[in-house]
Amino acid sequence: MSWGYLLRRLAQLVPTSALILLVGFALIHLAPGDPVLALAGEHGDAEYYDFMRAKFGLDQPLHEQLFTFVANMAHGDLGTSYVQGRPASQIILERLPATLLLTATALTIASILGLGFGIFTATRRRAWQDTTATTVLLATYAAPVFLIGQALILLFALGAGWFPVQGMTSAVTPSNSFGHAVDVAHHLVLPALVLAAPEVAVIGRLTRVGLLQELGSDHVRTARAKGSPPSIVVAKHALRGAVMPVVTVIGNRVAHLASGAVVVEVVFGWPGMGRLLVDALRDQDSPIILGIFLLVSLTVMTANLLTDLVYVWLDPRVLFS
Amino acid sequence: MSFSPDASLKPSEPAVATPGQQIMRRLTRPAGVIGATLTLALICVGLLAPFLAPTDPRAIDGPSLSPPTASHPMGTDALGRDVLSGVIYGARTSLITVSGVGLLVFLIGITVGIVSGYRGGWLDDVLMRGTEALQVLPRFFLALVVVAYFGPGTDRLVIVLGLTSWPLLARVVRSQTLSLRRRDFIEAARTQGASGYRIVVHELWPNLLPTVFTLMGLLTAQVLLIEASLGFLGLSDPDAVSLGYLASEGQRFLRVAWWLAAFPGLAILVAVLGLNLLADSAGDATLRA
Repeated sequence: MSWGYLLRRLAQLVPTSALILLVGFALIHLAPGDPVLALAGEHGDAEYYDFMRAKFGLDQPLHEQLFTFVANMAHGDLGTSYVQGRPASQIILERLPATLLLTATALTIASILGLGFGIFTATRRRAWQDTTATTVLLATYAAPVFLIGQALILLFALGAGWFPVQGMTSAVTPSNSFGHAVDVAHHLVLPALVLAAPEVAVIGRLTRVGLLQELGSDHVRTARAKGSPPSIVVAKHALRGAVMPVVTVIGNRVAHLASGAVVVEVVFGWPGMGRLLVDALRDQDSPIILGIFLLVSLTVMTANLLTDLVYVWLDPRVLFS
Repeated sequence: MSFSPDASLKPSEPAVATPGQQIMRRLTRPAGVIGATLTLALICVGLLAPFLAPTDPRAIDGPSLSPPTASHPMGTDALGRDVLSGVIYGARTSLITVSGVGLLVFLIGITVGIVSGYRGGWLDDVLMRGTEALQVLPRFFLALVVVAYFGPGTDRLVIVLGLTSWPLLARVVRSQTLSLRRRDFIEAARTQGASGYRIVVHELWPNLLPTVFTLMGLLTAQVLLIEASLGFLGLSDPDAVSLGYLASEGQRFLRVAWWLAAFPGLAILVAVLGLNLLADSAGDATLRA
């Protein structure tokens, strides 16, 4: 990978980060009422308001305020949650692992099922299996996350009783860490499947299109002519090229995953960052709301960068097109 | 086969159909027909909600938690309100949101895309850097923050989603404009002394139509899902019925009254499916990411 390209992409992060911070700053100042209310909540006492006003320099000119705001954010100082009275960044970080576990599991499930669906449909083109699977994927892509979640709860939790309805752990704490892991995994199945569902549709569809293109290409025809069995042709010759666009789309779906996680965490009572955000919205706990917005924005930005770099690394030709 | 000079002169279907004809031809395929029908149904239900709904969606109209019956085809909720009426008015709210956002996205995306691609130069650089930066902003979370600071409401939702949903449209329109700009028929119009406005409106625009149509369908489908999710989290306009909010109310009664959550959710699925099918069949299916 050329250093010039890497530097150019890194330089692009500057205006994007600036925009993200500026949006956060502008929202606080454009919101109706005193910005200190947005930063400190409406239920603080006069002393706390004075403290926050001085901390974010709200008595200073606007450009100085922006500078202080950016400096505070750069230090990871989001202010103090007025509901819990602790640093907002600390509260957010506590909730992060549960969300990461949920999204990472969902992404893994989505990649495996998506590739599976793609290979299954592309190798049975225009057969009834292809039509059925493609229709199911289309409906999955169109379904709101909560509908899939509620349907699975109704069928497999309330109905069959195979999985718990809510939460991340059982009320009875397992004695050892292995039991704990099994318990969490048991709670994780349904929410992870629901979060994965739209991504399965996207990855499956892309794999199918890519695979169909590859199966019609010259090098695949050559492999067939040489007598390679069909499974080898798909696995060794066609899938490689077909997976390329899938890699990019996974990186670009991070924003979708994060917003889907908020809804899934509410549906399943999963104690992650999304639930924290919804609670903070109800309580008007601004440091937490702003903190999660900034964290998600920066994560999406980084994921986009990494995706582009991986893409260039896999296929250096894109640099020259 | 014998050589016959007449064969090439015979008037037949023009080899290249106009973009409008291409859209119409694709729309008459089964997927296109289904998509167009579902989308039209959403528009009609939304527009005619006051005439179609059996009752006021907030009025107590029957027994509490009644399953679907002849008088209440989608059942009633815990307060005895008709779910069908709620779904119909919810579709109206969705339609209003999607139309507002769609209009903003259309105006901003097309303008930025064409100006950037046709004018080029420093203006293109500035517009595209801005577009790229904006594309990274997570719209759903931005909408959440706006609702947190400004309070829930359809108007601010339309503004925040409209102002942030256009980058994809602008980028695709720009790249299409760039490649079309160098084509012979545009060069020909330019040599004939056509004004920039005339070239854009009469030569460029018709060729952008299929792409724009497809992207608008996909983008509005996404907006519909975002609006539904916000409603589900209880952040929709308190003065309007929202399908997402109805589904979230149903969650509490999932064990005893599946219809409360199922019908609003299915209504969203059908509307989003319609827009996606319409978009897919009308244009270039490879555009979808």
